[in-house]
Amino acid sequence: MKLRPIAAIALRQFYLMRSSPTRVLPMIAWVAVDIVLWGFISRYLNTVASTGVNFVASLLGAVLFWDFFTRVMQGVTMAFFEDVWSRNFINVFATPLLISEYLVGLICTGIVTSLIGLIVMLTLATWLFGLPFFSMGLLLLPFLLALFLFGIGLGVLASAMVLRLGPASEWLVWPIPAMLSPFVGVFYPLSTLPAWMRGIGHALPPSYVFENMRSVVAGHGYSASGLLLGIGLALFDILLASLLFTRVYRYAVRSGLLARYSAESMT
Amino acid sequence: MSLPAAAAADYALHAHGLGKQYGRLVAVDGISFSVRAGEIVGLLGPNGAGKTTTINMVLGVLQPSAGQILIEGVDLARQRSRALAHTNFAAVYAALPGNLTVYQNLRFFSLLYDVADGVARIEQLLTEFDLQRLRGTRSGALSSGEQTRLALSKALLNRPRLLLLDEPTASLDPSAADTIRTRIRTLASGGACGILWTSHNMYEVEAICDRVLFLSHGRILLEGDPRALPAAHGAASLEELFIRLAREPLVQPPAGARASG
Repeated sequence: MKLRPIAAIALRQFYLMRSSPTRVLPMIAWVAVDIVLWGFISRYLNTVASTGVNFVASLLGAVLFWDFFTRVMQGVTMAFFEDVWSRNFINVFATPLLISEYLVGLICTGIVTSLIGLIVMLTLATWLFGLPFFSMGLLLLPFLLALFLFGIGLGVLASAMVLRLGPASEWLVWPIPAMLSPFVGVFYPLSTLPAWMRGIGHALPPSYVFENMRSVVAGHGYSASGLLLGIGLALFDILLASLLFTRVYRYAVRSGLLARYSAESMT
Repeated sequence: MSLPAAAAADYALHAHGLGKQYGRLVAVDGISFSVRAGEIVGLLGPNGAGKTTTINMVLGVLQPSAGQILIEGVDLARQRSRALAHTNFAAVYAALPGNLTVYQNLRFFSLLYDVADGVARIEQLLTEFDLQRLRGTRSGALSSGEQTRLALSKALLNRPRLLLLDEPTASLDPSAADTIRTRIRTLASGGACGILWTSHNMYEVEAICDRVLFLSHGRILLEGDPRALPAAHGAASLEELFIRLAREPLVQPPAGARASG
């Protein structure tokens, strides 16, 4: 793999963000609204409920983690969609660019865009609602890592889906996080779910993050093996998604799908 | 029969037995052709003849059903990245992203093509194609002629040994088209690269191409010097020959002109 082609994919996204505030604003605005909304809901629940549960830590923490995961996934898919929207596939894939370089470029873009959202969320949650995230110190890293890796895997998977099904399938991508959320126990323990949903939840890395987050908030510590399993699953998902993307790309080259993305009107 | 590696390296492009089939539909039917360094080869044919399919296969964005493509002697199927490093293209149907400026587009593609002296090369091309004053303008806001100049600048970023130009002057006024043709001719005559050129402008083809290939229904019907072919086939002009071929493919080409299928 060469550095310049990878840098090209990330640089393109930087150029677009720099030239258009409307691209940067959603990265900040949605997460800020979520944190403020859920921050006040959590604070209100703390005042009316006498369960001893710290809703700010458990609910707002869950929202922050979930939004972070969603931003990572969207960071990867948005970079891919730039090529879909600008009908740029022929220009990009007629270069010496390797698929692995393209995917790493998408991932680098996802890292940067999700970090912007994460910084905004952590700042607001800590400053406005006293969320004790920073007190977790380095422990925060495996939680974020598992979500980050799964977000990348899902972003690559969603990109493969759009490459295979065409630009119109873009609308299928946006609800994916919402469709997964009931299974991974963002706001409730997995034990709440029926057995079949729990089974699906155990196969999804975010479940291990949210189960452990609730355990930490309740003062029971965390399961290192559980978090490691979550990270391992997320890495496996990235591998599977990358293989699927490569397979779909090869199909698109073989069938003419890739060329048709740009040249439908040509002879 | 495919060329030996040493012989293939003499060509900017060598395609052998190239075919593309979609189910029962044969888009390109086992064609063989070459482009030498310093040579401009015109790829002509009516709509649906297989020109764009052929170009897409050479660009690596469409996998052939049969045959082999060698770019600078490098097998595209086996060493895709290495082969494409020698190639570039400009096509009317592949506009550069309109939301990036002229400079940003060139920077983006110079990195994709892994151009070592990218920044210096961009400055050189901006000057050469009179784009310096437009460097901060979004590509989508450029006129057709300016977009063509940008597309050609992008196509020359990596100093390609094989250049594919799909109707590069289609949207230019006669003066701008003449300037572009002169530049391309100079580029080829320096021996720097071989050029595969498609156009529906027969005057242009006659003026610039060293050799033409007539494609129809995915086959090469005729090949030769665009200035000699019309007379050899009893046509008053290349345009008349084109129309005749497009409507009624040649069955038996007269002596003196090579025909292949």
